[in-house]
Amino acid sequence: MLFRNFRKRKAEFLISASPMGWLLLFFIIPTLLVIAMAFRSADPYGGIGDQWTLDTLRDLRNPNYPLIIWRTVWLSVASTAICIITAIPASYYIARIKKRYQDIILLFIIVPFWINFLIRIFAWKVFLHPEGLFKQILVFLHIASPDSLLLYRPEAVLVVIVYSYLPFAILPIYAAAEKFDFHLMEAAYDLGASRLQAFTRIFIPGVRQGLLTAIIVVFIPALGSYVIPDIVGGPSAEMIGNKIAQRTFIDRNLPHASALSAILAFAVIVPSALALTRRFFKEKNSGSLGI
Amino acid sequence: MKRSRFPFYMTIAILVFFYLPIIIVFTQSFNASRFGGAWKGFTFEWYYRLFSDRNIWHAFSNTLIIAFSSTAVSVVLGTLSAFALYKYKTRLQITHNILVYLPLVMPDILMGISLLLFFVSLKLGLGLITILFAHITFSMSYVAMVVLGRFQDFDYSIFEAALDLGATWWTAVKKIMIPYLMPGIAAGGLLAFTLSLDDFVITFFVSGPDSTTLPLYIYSMMRHGSPSVINALSVIMVLFTFIIVFISKKLLEVKE
Repeated sequence: MLFRNFRKRKAEFLISASPMGWLLLFFIIPTLLVIAMAFRSADPYGGIGDQWTLDTLRDLRNPNYPLIIWRTVWLSVASTAICIITAIPASYYIARIKKRYQDIILLFIIVPFWINFLIRIFAWKVFLHPEGLFKQILVFLHIASPDSLLLYRPEAVLVVIVYSYLPFAILPIYAAAEKFDFHLMEAAYDLGASRLQAFTRIFIPGVRQGLLTAIIVVFIPALGSYVIPDIVGGPSAEMIGNKIAQRTFIDRNLPHASALSAILAFAVIVPSALALTRRFFKEKNSGSLGI
Repeated sequence: MKRSRFPFYMTIAILVFFYLPIIIVFTQSFNASRFGGAWKGFTFEWYYRLFSDRNIWHAFSNTLIIAFSSTAVSVVLGTLSAFALYKYKTRLQITHNILVYLPLVMPDILMGISLLLFFVSLKLGLGLITILFAHITFSMSYVAMVVLGRFQDFDYSIFEAALDLGATWWTAVKKIMIPYLMPGIAAGGLLAFTLSLDDFVITFFVSGPDSTTLPLYIYSMMRHGSPSVINALSVIMVLFTFIIVFISKKLLEVKE
């Protein structure tokens, strides 16, 4: 029975075998390995010990970690919120203008993101530099004092995370807004709704699917941020990603790095699995990922 | 009802926000002051220094080798994935679908550390080959998604008609399916190529001593080198990106 089944589906197995095998080998096994390593002890030479232990996980109660985890969460939530709140009016505006202008503005939004990721972050380091023009303007306007620091603080990380992921929030919301029937809003006006009411009660629910995608594509990479806090953040703005890299490259404590990664992995997989299954049941519609 | 001006102002504000840091970098790359800051006169010095740095060219060639080879492999694997996901509606393909989706949502740092642990426990020496494996892994899902999008409008009966008319399965794939999918495959390949060129975090975890790529080199310059040289490099890279985009746009226009 099984054999006949196999012969009938030989083509399917042959075609699926190489991509599935590749992902199994280079994605699933390494991810499971990280989770397993969280239960291993570290050996003093930077390798992985032989024993299974819960000590590594207990070490995470070190008072530093809850603080860093809390900072990671609030920075991710705040940057997602800012991205969504600014992306909604922008997408609304872009979706309502002529198609020709829509394409031009979208191009202008995407172009900066063809620039290498590191260089974009570096540009912010130059921009917020203590002797930079921006700082001088702020001092001139008496908004900042001459010795206040714009770089190396959580707010700088927040701004750069928003900068990095805002286009990924605008694109799916715009895609939803572009399909939205704006006559519905006029109908709402005719029925006595105010501008704000029509916007919040007709438009926002109308682009719900785009909002959900936008939240996922901003929140998940924000949780895993490493380069941004590393370059513009400094020690007072470290996130989980920085701790993982430190444990890996500086202390050479791979089990510890794995334990932190396992926490991050669960924080990422749970919301995305929820969203994926939700979408799977709602509509089988690929291409809505905004790629 | 009169439209609110607020969405318009927000769009303008976002565009200013997007371009401001880039403009600063452009101007600073011609600034004679060594660490940026106040304007001390116009200079090309940083560009001279940039072009006399041999390490950059080595890093650049490593980047291109990896980008081309990882694109080639991930295009094949991603297209196979897309074909299986489109053609078969079985339980195996639901698993396959989840497998393809997961790398898209996995943060870079997690993929980096898990691949590092994996290569270390296999006692595989870190270098170009491990970077290559990593890049194929994160780009094949993107290729699969893009090609699958193209498959959605594929009329399978054309393919079956070719088979009925006596074409072998392979001929039908070669003459009917691949030409139809080509725009999707090209777009997926371009995406894989740019992802590979741009990747820093995953490469950082799985690279070895002699396998510095351009992003890794930029990172070490940001840490230890002169910021003015990176400004100059940024300008060159931005111009390079624009030229590539312009050429690929022209090529696509000619085809259509």
